[in-house]
Order: sequence, then C-alpha cells, then structure tokens
Amino acid sequence: MIDRAAHSSGDAKVTRSVSVISAGLSQPSSTRLLADRLAQATVRRLADEGVSATLEVLDLRDVSHDITNNLLTGFASPKLEAAIESITSADGVIAVTPIYTTSYSGLFKSFIDVLDPQVLTEMPVLMGATGGTERHSLALDYAMRPLFSYLHAVVVPTAVYAASADWGSGSDVSATGLADRIERAAGEFAALVRESDRSNRVADPFALPAGFSPVGAFGAQ
Amino acid sequence: MQFGIFTVGDVTTDPTNGKMPSEHQRITDILTIAQKVEEVGLEVFALGEHHNPPFIPSSPTTMLGYIAARTEKLILSTATTLITTNDPVKIAEDYAMLQHVADGRVDLMMGRGNTGPVYPWFGKDIRDGIPLAIENYALLHRLWTEEVVDWQGKFRTPLQGFTSTPRPLDGVPPFVWHGSIRSPEIAEQAAFYGDGFFANNIFWPKEHYMRLIGYYRERFEHYGHGTADQAIVGLGGQAFMAKNSQDAVDEFRPYFDNAPVYGHGPTLEEFTEQTPLTVGSPQQVIDRYAGMREHFGDYQRQLFLMDHAGLPLRTVLEQLDILGEEVVPVLRKEFAKDRPARVPDGPTHAALVAKRDCASVSPELVAPVAEVTK
Repeated sequence: MIDRAAHSSGDAKVTRSVSVISAGLSQPSSTRLLADRLAQATVRRLADEGVSATLEVLDLRDVSHDITNNLLTGFASPKLEAAIESITSADGVIAVTPIYTTSYSGLFKSFIDVLDPQVLTEMPVLMGATGGTERHSLALDYAMRPLFSYLHAVVVPTAVYAASADWGSGSDVSATGLADRIERAAGEFAALVRESDRSNRVADPFALPAGFSPVGAFGAQ
Repeated sequence: MQFGIFTVGDVTTDPTNGKMPSEHQRITDILTIAQKVEEVGLEVFALGEHHNPPFIPSSPTTMLGYIAARTEKLILSTATTLITTNDPVKIAEDYAMLQHVADGRVDLMMGRGNTGPVYPWFGKDIRDGIPLAIENYALLHRLWTEEVVDWQGKFRTPLQGFTSTPRPLDGVPPFVWHGSIRSPEIAEQAAFYGDGFFANNIFWPKEHYMRLIGYYRERFEHYGHGTADQAIVGLGGQAFMAKNSQDAVDEFRPYFDNAPVYGHGPTLEEFTEQTPLTVGSPQQVIDRYAGMREHFGDYQRQLFLMDHAGLPLRTVLEQLDILGEEVVPVLRKEFAKDRPARVPDGPTHAALVAKRDCASVSPELVAPVAEVTK
C-alpha cells in the first residue's frame, strides 16, 4: 500500500521526508503517474540542494474500504492509521486527485475528512490533478486550494493539472508544457520542504492543551 | 473485580424478523435485564442517558430507582451521565437521593455526550463540551463534599448559601467514574480527583486506550492518590456466545451487519480483530478478556454491552446466563491470579465509608498516644 524509497544524494546530511497521496482509482492510473512525476522532480530538486529525501506513496485505492469504515465507526483500522501517519509525519505532502464532476474525487475528500483537522497545519503541500480535458484545470484553484487553506497547509503557487492530451505535450518556448509545469512546481515545493521541520512537530493527540486546569477557572472557590 | 452490563437503551428493529419493540416494551425489557444481571451473579448494571430517539433512557434515576427496589446487591451505575447538559445541582440531588433509596448501591459515570443537538436543546454549546464537563463536575464535587456552597461559574446561575439535599449517605458521595474515548483532559480530571476512569474501548483498537489509561494511571500517582497500579480503571466489552463458535457467528452476524453504530461498515471479522468484540464460544470470550490486563494493567470493573442492535430479550437473557455461569466465574479466577494485594477492588459504598473512617479516625487514635509520650 505504501511504497517507501530512500533517495540519497551522496554525502548529504540533511534528510527530508516527502509523502504522496494519489487518489487515482484505475490501475495503472494517470493520477499516480502524475504523482510519481511530481515526486521524482521534487527529489531531484532537493538533491540539487544537497538534501536527500525519503519518499512514501499512498494509493488511496488500497485503503478505500478502511476510509469508509472510519467514516461509519469513527476509528481508523491499523492499516489506515499507518497510512494517515505516513502523511501527517512528513516534511511535505504531494496530493494528486482525479477531477470528477467539477471537483476532487469523493475518495480524496473522504480521506481528508477522516484526518484530524489540525494534522496538516503548516504542512508544505504541492497539488496536482488529472482529468480528461483541460477545461477542468481551475478545479485545483477553486476547490482544492481552499480545502488546504482551511486546513492551514502551505500550498505552493504552482499546481499541476494534467489532461489526457498533456501526456503528449512537448516543451515550447513559453515553457508551459506538462514537463515544464512539473519542474516549476517541484522547484517551489522543494524550496519549502528543504526548510521544513514539520516532521519534528507532529502534534501529540494525548497532550493537554496549554493552560488546562482539571478544576476549571472557577473550581477553587 | 466487578463485572456488569451497560446499556445504551436503543430501540432497534430486529433485522431477522423486522420486529421493533415499543418504547414501553423496551423499557420493561431493560428492567428485566437489570434484575437478571443480579440473578446471574454479576455486580453492576449501568444505564445510558439519551435525549433523542431511538434511545429511551432520558430519566435514568427513575429506572434505577425501580431496579434498586427489585434487587439486593446489584450496584446501579450510569453509562454515562451527561455532565455537560445536565444541571450539576440536579445531578447532585438526584443521585444522592438514589444513593439513599438503594442503601448506597450507587455510583455514576460522567460523560460529555456526542449528540450535537442535545447541547442546544438544553441551552448549551457542544464546543464548550470540555469546559462544561470540567466546571460542572467541580461544582457537583463541592455540592457533595461541602454542606453549604457559595458558587459562581460561567455556565449556570450563581449559588449563595446552597445546600444540596439529601446529603450523601453516611456523608460519603457516590463513587464517580469519568468516561472518555479520546480526551486526555478527562483522564487528567479523573486523576486529579482520584476518581475512576472508564475507557469505553468497544469501538476502537486497544493501542489508543493503552495510552489513555497509561496517562490516567501516571497522573493518578502524580496527584498523590496512590501508585499508578492503584488507579481505578473500568473497561467496556462486547461479546456474543454460543457453545459452538460458528453458531455464535451465524446468529450474531445479521445483528452486527445492521447495528446502528458499526452496521454496513467493517465486517464482523475485521471488527472482532480490531476491537474487544468477541463472537464465539464462552472459552474464546474468557481467553480474550483474561488477556485485557496484559494491555491495561489490573483493573476494577468490566462492563459488557449485551442488549442492543435489536437482539430480542430472550437472546439477551440467554447471553447473560452464559456470561454469569460459564465466563465470569473463570474470569474472576484469572483476574485474581498474581494480582498484587495493593491493587484495590472495585469501589463499593461500604469500602468508601471504611476508607473515610480509617482516614478520619486514625489521627484521633494517635492523639492520646502522643499525649502520653509527651
């Protein structure tokens, strides 16, 4: 379910973890293909800066039943718990979904819905989406970006949309082909991930809130 | 170690025949079940509190008062009493009254309640859940331990010179458990007061509760109520049994698949693997629950959910027979093995009175001796 790979860049001391969510449903999936391209470009850009990266890829398809069960019962199965942890304990997250009926897929949103709303706070995020036609590319900005804004994630300016036709696009003088957009997005994301200490600041769900008193403000009268 | 039953009091259609009991039928069934709990030799019957259909126990002390009159040894408890939306003054009065009526056979479990609209229906806001639980209990605790109370808080009208009546039986309030499935604040609250902590672990994997209970035990010791292994812990449980384990699975599956909480979600096999629900032979239930203390430490109270999801009364009573005759006697022996002497038994009124007398009498006993040696 979760593919792990370490990408070393020689004698680099700095290591960052990058987690990838792919909400593609078919196998093979063009959504996963885009996710892999974004991840590889990010790892390469980090390596250029002397940062080695560990990569974890989560295909939501593999935990789709667990996600539904979590929605119904209120708790995550051990398999889903591990998947959630792989996302929330990263230094940066690449999130890629197919666009269905004008928005991110239902499975993608269901996964976001079972996360505690605080777990992506200040998380660097690179967004990607796939679709049959480029007419839906703005869904990234009117649907997906507000979702991550609500979760207080830090989303890079360039989001990458790959329509079916994009898989046959080449580079052009204005550098707007798919490969160019992936490079630009990966560069912006790698710069954030390089500085990110997010994996050291995973919130403890068992920690008391600051200032908590077991008798309350009026208890000791 | 105390064993018992807790019920949410749902009125649910029996999925095997489409029959739904009337509210009246379900209420009298619950009263029958409670008496059966004593008959089969268990110690505790705990009733939920709800203020929305399909649940019937909106008025727990009325039902518990009836059960008190029909039983002799059974401890009457709650699962849970809504400390958030009830007026703590009324809780203090109602449960002190029940304590007198039942000759001390009463304790209660505080809970917040997770039904959103219940809060506004009672003039509260669910976003204040934790502050309500903290403040309301702070007042309840004072009403039971102090004769005359002056009080001002955020959530209810102030009190000047108020005395809650009747005073707790023998001057010792009912024992209080604090129930929580995920909030460290409630574990901290239970530890602060030296009260019990009940983890209703029936819907979640054990790892979560190992941490929550571990935290409560640590804080119980921190606040000076005893060692961590002397903290008072209760656990939920769920079982369905038949002599032949496959028969239990076959009989329970339609109820599981259509149950209000987990129905149409995980499979019975997934759920039994991930939660304490055990469906099989009595021996399988014994093995599963005898292993609980390996994860949570020696504990004081084990409650089972038995009457829910539309199971007919006759089946519930059969299950109680199996539990009382074949399972709990063996579990008692298992739990007694290597249990350190310093680990307390489940709380009773008599034990709390003895503890109070021991604590208050000893300085007087010591005083004359001190005089003499001077």
